[in-house]
Amino acid sequence: MAELEVSGLSYRYGAKRALEEVSFAIPRGTFCALLGPNGAGKSTLVSLLTRLLVAPEGRIVLAGHDLRSAPRRALGALGVVFQQPTLDLSLTVRQNMAYFAALHGLPRKGLAARIDAALARLSMAERAGEKVGALNGGHRRRMELARALLHEPRVLLLDEPTVGLDAAARASIVAQVHDLADEGLSVLWTTHLTDEVRDSDRLLVLHQGRILADGITREVRGAQPLAEWFLAHTEAVA
Amino acid sequence: MSAYLGVMRAIMAREFLRFVHQRERFLAALVRPLVWLVVFAAGFRAALGLSIIPPYQTYITYETYIVPGLCAMVLLFNGMQSSLSLVYDREMGSMRLLLTSPFPRGWLLFCRLLGATLISVLQVYAFLGAAALFGVVLPGWGYVAVLPALIPAGLMLGALGLVLSSFIKQLENFAGVMNFVIFPMFFLSSALYPLWRMAESSRLLHDISAANPFTHAVELIRFAAHLQLNWGAFFWVLVWAAALGVLAIWAYDPGRALMRRKG
Repeated sequence: MAELEVSGLSYRYGAKRALEEVSFAIPRGTFCALLGPNGAGKSTLVSLLTRLLVAPEGRIVLAGHDLRSAPRRALGALGVVFQQPTLDLSLTVRQNMAYFAALHGLPRKGLAARIDAALARLSMAERAGEKVGALNGGHRRRMELARALLHEPRVLLLDEPTVGLDAAARASIVAQVHDLADEGLSVLWTTHLTDEVRDSDRLLVLHQGRILADGITREVRGAQPLAEWFLAHTEAVA
Repeated sequence: MSAYLGVMRAIMAREFLRFVHQRERFLAALVRPLVWLVVFAAGFRAALGLSIIPPYQTYITYETYIVPGLCAMVLLFNGMQSSLSLVYDREMGSMRLLLTSPFPRGWLLFCRLLGATLISVLQVYAFLGAAALFGVVLPGWGYVAVLPALIPAGLMLGALGLVLSSFIKQLENFAGVMNFVIFPMFFLSSALYPLWRMAESSRLLHDISAANPFTHAVELIRFAAHLQLNWGAFFWVLVWAAALGVLAIWAYDPGRALMRRKG
């Protein structure tokens, strides 16, 4: 059974179409890359999946819970790392984590141990007492990733999480999230960078608000390198 | 239920921590009404004669008259400050964290509002303490009695801030709020002069001032500080607080057009 199911999702900003009949499903333990050029509709899709926006048409089901009829359960099963940092720079890493935990209704009992475990998982344990404002970009991202896992979600959504990171930090985050998928988490990773996608990943290509391709990356790209395939298809249709 | 209270505690604690980290905000909130009390009132007291009006039983100094208005001014500026920080949160992205919590959005906004209000109330007490140092004091129990008036007034002005924050697209637009909301609300009210004085110069301005929710907040505080309840002001403050609260929840509804433009 799929952990994330999207069916018939459409959205418009006034007269401008942002998404048109988007449907896909991501099974458990899958790393799915959502690849699309700028303006493809990725941010709109992320806003709809996180209920920052509500679509008049279509259905989103997270871990078996319909986002429209059971938003609390559905959002409770979702971990999110937004493209734009969502950290309070004046608070410590631990304070940021505790704030998030409360927003998700996690009990205070055992919370410190839970935060320690989440930070340790991302090799951030020694940063717990530091102010977030003092961390570098890579550490901030890892902290956001640790935070997104704090409530043990079944689906992890990352919206262009490597924006602004250097090559080493990018590679590290990409590898860590692939490991999480191997451990059973369903991951939707949005990006416009083809080098973040592995051949064995599930690939969704979004272009002009529609799903252009859906399959295993090596099968989608065929004999072409992914970057060439992506450019050829998105420019040809543009 | 404990999870709901946990959310409230966390949001309020965050507001408080931010407040503690912004000492200049506290100082500004304290200095602003003190300037009015010490400088403005000194120049204005000679120009403005006050008759005996409820809740006062005798002639009072002009400084005594404007203290409740300045308490409300602290609440008003803090409500707007809270609105400003919401717009800042939205620009910085941390608003998304709040709005993607599984808890009902109305509850999240209420917790934010309550946290901001309690901080405003703390600042009002700091102002009242400083005013006492300048010799402007309330009746002894007035310091206690004013608390149940400050909370609904603070909630009302904070809810106004929430509504405004949903309409303001960018921080740069905040100057407009100063010109079109804060100043008219403050000057078209009973904060600085009794409404009967206003009526002498313009009936229309008097009527606008009498309908201004800020006037009701000021009068609620003024009467409470003198151990009386102004039922009319109390009623209107509650009505405005509820109406603005509902409007804020509507404006922050993910299905509404107001949110759509923010992506």
